[in-house]
Amino acid sequence: MNNVYAADEPIPLLKRLNWQDWLYAFLLMAGSIYAFNYYNHHMDVYEQGFLFGAALIFIWLGWVWRPVRALVVGVGALSLFAIYLYDANLERAEQVFFLKYLISSQSGIMWMNVLFILATVIYWVALFNRSEFTGKFASSLAWAAVLMGFVGLMVRWYESYLIAPDVGHIPVSNLYEVFVLFCLITALIYLYYEQRYATRQLGGFVMLIVSAAVGFILWYIFDRQAHTIQPLVPALQSYWMKIHVPTNFIGYGAFALAAMVGVAYLLSSRGILASRLPSLDTMDDVMYKSIAIGFAFFTIATILGAMWAAEAWGGYWSWDPKETWALIVWLNYAAWLHLRLVKGMRGPVLAWWAVIGLFVTTFAFIGVNMFLSGLHSYGEL
Amino acid sequence: MQTTSKRIYDLLSSMRFAVSLLTVLGIASIIGTVLKQNEPYTNYIVQFGQFWFEVFEVLGLYDVYHSVWFLLILVFLVLSTSLCIYRNSPTMLREMRLWREHATEKSLRAFSHRHEYQAGGSTEEIKAKLTRFLATRGFRYKTVAHEGGSELIVAKAGTYQRLGYIFTHLAIVVICIGGLIDGNVPFKIQELMGYKKVETLDIPASEVPAESRLSIANLSFRANMTLPEGTSADVSFMRMRDGYLVQELPFTVALKDFRIEHYATGQPKSFESDLVITDAELAEPLEATISVNKPLTYKGITIYQSDFQDGGSNLDFKMWALFGDQVVSLPVKGVVHEQLVLGEADEAVTLEFDDFRKFNILNLSEDGKGKLQNVGPNVTYKVRDSQGQAREYVTYMQPLQLDGRYYFVSGMRATLQEDYKYLRIPVDDEFQVDGFMRFRAVMMDAKAHELIASRLSASALPAGGPNSEVQEKFESSVRQLLKAFALGGYTRVAALIEESVPEAEREKAAQTYIKIINGAAYEANNLARELAGKPAANPNEETVLFLQDSLNSLSDLFFYGTPFYMQLKEYEHREASGLQLTRSPGKNLVYSGSVLLVLGIFAMIYIRERRIWMLVKPDNRVLFAISSNRKNRDLDVEFSKYQEQLQRLLA
Repeated sequence: MNNVYAADEPIPLLKRLNWQDWLYAFLLMAGSIYAFNYYNHHMDVYEQGFLFGAALIFIWLGWVWRPVRALVVGVGALSLFAIYLYDANLERAEQVFFLKYLISSQSGIMWMNVLFILATVIYWVALFNRSEFTGKFASSLAWAAVLMGFVGLMVRWYESYLIAPDVGHIPVSNLYEVFVLFCLITALIYLYYEQRYATRQLGGFVMLIVSAAVGFILWYIFDRQAHTIQPLVPALQSYWMKIHVPTNFIGYGAFALAAMVGVAYLLSSRGILASRLPSLDTMDDVMYKSIAIGFAFFTIATILGAMWAAEAWGGYWSWDPKETWALIVWLNYAAWLHLRLVKGMRGPVLAWWAVIGLFVTTFAFIGVNMFLSGLHSYGEL
Repeated sequence: MQTTSKRIYDLLSSMRFAVSLLTVLGIASIIGTVLKQNEPYTNYIVQFGQFWFEVFEVLGLYDVYHSVWFLLILVFLVLSTSLCIYRNSPTMLREMRLWREHATEKSLRAFSHRHEYQAGGSTEEIKAKLTRFLATRGFRYKTVAHEGGSELIVAKAGTYQRLGYIFTHLAIVVICIGGLIDGNVPFKIQELMGYKKVETLDIPASEVPAESRLSIANLSFRANMTLPEGTSADVSFMRMRDGYLVQELPFTVALKDFRIEHYATGQPKSFESDLVITDAELAEPLEATISVNKPLTYKGITIYQSDFQDGGSNLDFKMWALFGDQVVSLPVKGVVHEQLVLGEADEAVTLEFDDFRKFNILNLSEDGKGKLQNVGPNVTYKVRDSQGQAREYVTYMQPLQLDGRYYFVSGMRATLQEDYKYLRIPVDDEFQVDGFMRFRAVMMDAKAHELIASRLSASALPAGGPNSEVQEKFESSVRQLLKAFALGGYTRVAALIEESVPEAEREKAAQTYIKIINGAAYEANNLARELAGKPAANPNEETVLFLQDSLNSLSDLFFYGTPFYMQLKEYEHREASGLQLTRSPGKNLVYSGSVLLVLGIFAMIYIRERRIWMLVKPDNRVLFAISSNRKNRDLDVEFSKYQEQLQRLLA
C-alpha cells in the first residue's frame, strides 16, 4: 500500500499514546488504588466508584489534551507536599514557610487570585501589542493560577479533616468554594479552546469574568471571612454533592465563557478591535461549542440534582427557586441551540443572546441565593 | 371539517406553538419563584390587601405549579411535542437510511465543498484507495454505477445525529408525563368534579370527612406527618392552599426516638429518627432509622426525615411575682403545645406554651463576629389576656453572658412582626435570680422606704452634729424618689424631675437623683439580704454593677407586659420528628426520560452527520464532494483536510 495515505490516516487514541501517557495513567491508577486501600472503609460504594471514575476521567482527559497531565501531576505533587508539611497539625499553616506563603489552602487560593488578575492584564497587553510572546506569558500565568487554585482546593479538603474528622468534606459546599471552582473551570475551558483554535486573543475577554469572580472572592474573604471552613449541614452530607456541584459548574463556566466571547464578537462586528480579534466565524464557533458543552453538562447536573433531591427532599422536583431558575437557564440555552442548529441562525443576535444568557445564569447562580428563599440556602450572602 | 382539524394539527405540532408554551411556562415559573408559594393565606392578605389577594387567588398564583392552567400548559406541551415527533421522525429515520446515490454530476458540481482530481493508476486501485480512505475515517460507503460508465461512491457518517432530535423530544414528553403523574392531577380532576375538597378547619384527623381524605389507592402524593416520640400514626397530611387533605397510609408509623447530633461548634450534624413500621402484612414490625439523605422506602412509599419540633416537653417553672412588696414564687407546670389558665374571670391569663428548644446556637459577642456557642435551653410561650390579646415571650433557662456579665434573659414582643425586646435580670452572687427578686421586693415595699432613707442619710450625711432639718428634708426626698421608682422606674423619676425642677437645673438634679437612687439601692439590697439572713454585700465593684443592672432591670419590668417572670427550672425533653411521605410512580419515567435526554443531547451536539460523494470517472478523474446538514466551521476544516489528503492519496 501507498505510504502517503497510511500517514494521513487517523490513528486510534490508544495507538497515539506514548510512554509518558502510560506512566501518567499508571500514576493515577496506582494513586487511586493506594487511596482505596487506605480509606475505603470511610467511603460508601458510590464514593469508591467516584474515586476510580475520577481517575479514569482524568486519565482520558490527559490523553486527549496533554497539558492536563502536567496539571494533574503538579496538583498532586504540591498537594501531597502540603499534606506532608502539615503533618496532621493544622497550626503548622502559620508556622511552616511553604504552607504560610505558598500552599496552605488560603495561600494557594490567594496565589490563584493574584495570578488570574495578572493573566487578565497580560492578555490585554498581548492583545494590544499583537505580541505572541506576551500572549504565551499570559497563558502561562493562567495555567499557574489554575494549578495554584486546584492545589488550594485539594489542601482545603485535607485541612477540613484536620479541623475534626467529622467536619471533613469536599470543598464544593458553599459559595466561596464554588466561586474558586468557577474560576478554575472557566479558565480551563478557555485554555482548551485557546489551544484548539490556536488563538490567544480571546484571553483578555474571558479572563475578565474570571477576574470579576476573583474580585468577589476577595470581597468575600475580607468582608465576610467566608474562607473559614464550616461543617456541612445534614442536607449536604451526601455523595451526590461530589458530582452535582462540579458538573453544574462546568455548565456555568462554559456559559460564562460563551458570553465573554459573545462580547468580543459584538465588538468585532462593530469594527472595534476587529483586526486584533479572531475572525467572526471562529468566535461564533467557540461560542457555539462552549454553549453546547455547557448545555450538555448543565443538563446532566440538573438531572443529578433532581436525583439528589429525590433522596434528600422527598421529591425529584419541588419547584424550589433554584430548581426553577435552573429550568429557565436550561430553556434559554435550549432555545439558543434550537435556533442555531435547527433554524441555522448565526450572527450578532446569538451573540447578544449569549451575553444576556449570562445574566440569567448569574441570577440562577447567585441572585436566587440573594433575593429568593428556598431549599438551596447554603450559599447565602 | 378536514381543513379545520388539519389546521389545529398544524398549529399544535408547530415549533412556534411549542416555543410560545415554553415562554409562558418560563414566565409562570418566574412568578412562582418571586412570589413565595404555599404561604398561609393570611400572609398574602396582609401583603396584597383583600382585592389583589382575591385576584391572585383566582389566578392560582399562590401555588402556581399546581394550578390548573399550569398543568394545562404542560399537557399541551406534551401534546405539541408528541405531534412534532410524530410529524418529523419518519422523515428523520428515512433520512438516516438514505444513501443519496442518485446525485447527478451536475448537482455535485454545485456543492460548495468539492474538489476534482486527476488520479493515477487503474480504476480498481483508485476505488480501493478511496474506499479505504472512507472506511478509516469512519464512513460507511456504497458503490453504485453512475451515468456514462462512471462509478459513484456514496458515503455517510454520523447519521445517528438525527436520533438525537428524536431522543431529546421524546425525553421531554416522557419527563412531562412522569411529572404529570406525580403532580396532583387526579385530585385536581376530582376536585373540579366536586368529589373532593380541601379541609380548612383545624380538627383531629379522624374527624376529617371523606371528601377531604385520600385513600391508600392514591397513585402519587407528597404528604407530611409530625410524630412526637413514643406515638404512632397511620395518616399523613397534605397542605394545600388554605387547608389540607388527609392521606391515608397502608401501614402505621411509630417514632421510637429522635436524635440530633451536633458538631463541636454546636451546629447540627445529623437528624435521625428511629421508626417502627407495623403492617398486617408484616410478620413482625419493621424497624429502621432514617436521616437526612437516607430515607426508607416501604410499599412504594418513601419516608424522609424532613424537620423536627417539640413533641410536648414537660416544663417546670418557678413563677416569680414582679410587683408587690413580697418575694413570691409559685411552681407552675407546663407542657409544650398545651395551654394553662391562670387567675379567674377578667383577670385570667392563658399561657400557651409554643416551643421548647434544648440547644440554641447563638453568637453573643458585641460585634457579632465572635464564636457561635450553645447557650442552653429556651422556651417560647404566649400570654393571652381575657380580651384575646397576646404577647409572645422567649425565656432562656440559663444565664447568658452579655458584655462580660451574666443575665437571665427573657424577650417579649407584642406582635409577631416585631423584634423581641429583652429583659436582662442580673444573676446574684450565687448565680441565681433570687437576689434580684429580693431586692425588687424591698424596692417596691413602701414600708421599707423609710428605713432605707434613714440608713442612707446616716451614711451619706456628714457625721457631725445632727441637723435634723437637713436630715428630714433629705430623707423625705429619698422616700419620694423611691416611691416614684417603685411606681414606674426611671421613666417615672424622669417625669418627677420634669414636674418639679426648673429646666435649667434638670441635668444637675438628674445626676443627684441617680446618685441618691444608687445609694438607696445599696441600702435596699443590704436590707433585702438582712431579711433573707445573709451578710451585707461587699461594697465592691461587683456589687455596684449588680445594683446598676438590677435597677435597669427593675425599670424595664414596667414594659415587660406581665406581672410575673417564668423561670424555667427543669424540663423533660420530648421531641417530635417531621416526616415526609411520598409516592411518586412517575419517578422512573422521569429518570428514563432524563437518560434519553442526555443521550439525545450528546448525539445532537457531538455526532456530526456528513455525506461524501466520490464520482470516479472512466478517465480516472475523481470528483469529491462533502456536505453536512449543518453548515459550520467543522465542515470547512474537515473539507480542507480531506481535500489535501486526497490530493496526496490520488497523486
